[in-house]
Amino acid sequence: MPLLWLIGIVLAIAVAGYVIGRKRALDSAGGDPRNLHSLPSYYGSNVAMKVVVPSVLVLLVWLIVQPIYVGSVVSGALPDRAIADGSSRDLVMAEVRRTADGLNNAVAQGIMTDEEARDMRADFTDVTQRLKDAGQIVTSEVTQPILNAAQQFRAMNATGAIAMAIVVTLLAIGGLLWGLKESEKDFRARNTVEQGVKALLIAAASIAVLTTVGIVLSLIFNTYEFFKLYPWYEFFFGTTWSPSFSGRGGSSELGIIPLLWGTLYISIVALAVAVPIGLFAAIYLSEYAGPKVRAVAKPLLEVLAGIPTIVYGLFALLTVGPMLVSVFGKEGLGIMQSGTAVMTAGLVMGIMLIPFVSSLSDDIINAVPQAMRDGSYGLGATKSETIKQVVLPAALPGIVGAILLAASRAIGETMIVVLGAGAAARLSLNPFEAMTTVTAKIVSQLTGDADFASPEALVAFALGMTLFVITLGLNIFALYIVRKYREQYE
Amino acid sequence: MYDAPHYTERDVAQTDTKISAKGVQVYYGDTHAIKDVDVEIADKTVTAFIGPSGCGKSTFLRCLNRMNDTIDICRVQGDILLDGEDIYDRRVDPVQLRAKVGMVFQKPNPFPKSIYDNIAYGPRIHGLAKNKADLDVIVEKSLRRGAIWDEVKDRLQAPGTGLSGGQQQRLCIARAVATEPEVLLMDEPCSALDPIATAQVEELIDELRRDYSVVIVTHSMQQAARVSQKTAFFHLGNLVEYDDTSKIFTNPEDPRTESYITGRIG
Ligand SMILES: Nc1ncnc2c1ncn2[C@@H]1O[C@H](COP(=O)(O)OP(=O)(O)OP(=O)(O)O)[C@@H](O)[C@H]1O
Ligand SMILES: [Mg+2]
Repeated sequence: MPLLWLIGIVLAIAVAGYVIGRKRALDSAGGDPRNLHSLPSYYGSNVAMKVVVPSVLVLLVWLIVQPIYVGSVVSGALPDRAIADGSSRDLVMAEVRRTADGLNNAVAQGIMTDEEARDMRADFTDVTQRLKDAGQIVTSEVTQPILNAAQQFRAMNATGAIAMAIVVTLLAIGGLLWGLKESEKDFRARNTVEQGVKALLIAAASIAVLTTVGIVLSLIFNTYEFFKLYPWYEFFFGTTWSPSFSGRGGSSELGIIPLLWGTLYISIVALAVAVPIGLFAAIYLSEYAGPKVRAVAKPLLEVLAGIPTIVYGLFALLTVGPMLVSVFGKEGLGIMQSGTAVMTAGLVMGIMLIPFVSSLSDDIINAVPQAMRDGSYGLGATKSETIKQVVLPAALPGIVGAILLAASRAIGETMIVVLGAGAAARLSLNPFEAMTTVTAKIVSQLTGDADFASPEALVAFALGMTLFVITLGLNIFALYIVRKYREQYE
Repeated sequence: MYDAPHYTERDVAQTDTKISAKGVQVYYGDTHAIKDVDVEIADKTVTAFIGPSGCGKSTFLRCLNRMNDTIDICRVQGDILLDGEDIYDRRVDPVQLRAKVGMVFQKPNPFPKSIYDNIAYGPRIHGLAKNKADLDVIVEKSLRRGAIWDEVKDRLQAPGTGLSGGQQQRLCIARAVATEPEVLLMDEPCSALDPIATAQVEELIDELRRDYSVVIVTHSMQQAARVSQKTAFFHLGNLVEYDDTSKIFTNPEDPRTESYITGRIG
């Protein structure tokens, strides 16, 4: 609540600054906006910016640093005797935090007074019982050292919060004064605000980039941990995937090849379904269909893209699988054992990908200028000649991009595989056999109750890393293709 | 939409009329862009269309090879006969028609292919070349006629879209010539050309006249006077005057024509 108040105060100062700054600038120009360097609103924005930016930045930093600082001080002050055998400083600190929270809540509910919470002693009062009475979660007896630490923790946090409120408000007021001082007619408010907007955009971009870097680093770090426990050559070149579920059995075989093969096989089947159908649908929609058909068919096709993949998974499991079995199974050709197979998952995934291919390709084909088609028709070409020889080549880079995007989706798809292709990691050429993919195995390795430090769990990061590298490679390849064709065609 | 005509026998007198348009109306949605135009375009002559911007020259030109079919909102009424046959007849295939009536567009529109493939596009589609050597000959000849051979002969495999605006315009002329059409419609073919290239294109037009009929839209009075034998003056969708070029430029009948060629309207 105080935090909300603080933000409210800063914003109120900013709004006031906007109004006053605008007015001051106008007054300095004798009330005639034409005498100002910038539009009046820029002067207002400049003041608001000077109020908000420094104070909010400090607020953010404070919010991050204070808990770390307080935590380390309190934990440093914990006497060694407070840490029981078989426990650790971190566990005790968690206890301290919980107690402090409990005290806070008890005070907020009016069960304890603030002084009580601050001064009481575990040996005089039954703190544990009182906290329990107040409905707080207390896992073990609150001892005196823990209570002391919790009290210190509360005190430091309270002081910190007050100091933060004061500093932030002062900064906001300082910014207000600074901005107002600048608000006179020759000040280049527009340029300053433009700089501010630019900085904001750069900040947003850096956050996006830094997050990516962070994710990749965490992947790399955990993958490294995994390779400390499991030899990398067995991971990359092993042809068997059979993790032992007991966890530390040491008998796990974690070869990625069968998983990669399954991923590849299912993706190829999916693309073999999605690319021709999607592309032809796109050509029909953009070149042949009348506006009425287009207006109905395009959104309908895009509905396919909105269906959650778990629904596709159900469709694979309950409809497509049994249907395939009735044709290729024992009753029919006898080459399919059960409904879960590469073919089932591939077909359904292909259906899921159709709208990706068709919708993107349709937009790209539509973007080919009419003048290009006219040129071809003007030379006596038919519609299909024009499409084949002028429109599609011109749209090719985009279409390749669309296909590769669909391929990335196929490689990353999980739900359909889990339900449609089964969980058996197998190296086989028969598309009617059950296989599984990298993503499906990541899920099954992490959803068990294996210890997160065991190779059986850490392998998920190595799998994820491999997948990431493959998709990245695919995207770079897509860019390369697109660029190459663009050079040729522009 | 279009009233089917009832010409059963081949048109009688005018053996040297290539295209004959009667009562042509063109609408873009509700806009009436061409109002009741009658024109007879003679064979083996150059006909110039002149008139202020937006008066409907391009629109009318596009009627002559049914390029307006590609515009959804465009409706064409009236009769247009090519060699006495109605080109808007149901039985006429617009694809074949366009092979006979070629077109150079107002805006250059080279394909995103190599220069060679741009020129070879038409001949390949219509099977004009028996083999690669044949095609090479056609490509070279067309590029020469388009007055661009010297500039591109060393980079035939470079993309056509990489040429300058004026070069693209000549590439499109060469591309249209390569299919050997009987009628060539040229919409401002020299708008982006320097005087030397313009002179070369005009020479080409003059040469084409020996075998074909050429219709050219131009904003340059001098060019119309230089290359054409007949001139049609359009104004606000009407064909105001159509006569021998010499007559139009020396002794126009309509006061609007006179003000336009002397630079008072448009
Ligand atoms: N595709 C179209 N859709 C709607 N209206 C059009 C279209 N093309 C042309 N028009 C209209 O038809 C009229 C004639 O246009 P047109 O292009 O034939 O003029 P123009 O004589 O060729 O002009 P310019 O000399 O500038 O090329 C104009 O009023 C124009 O706005
Ligand atoms: Mg025009």
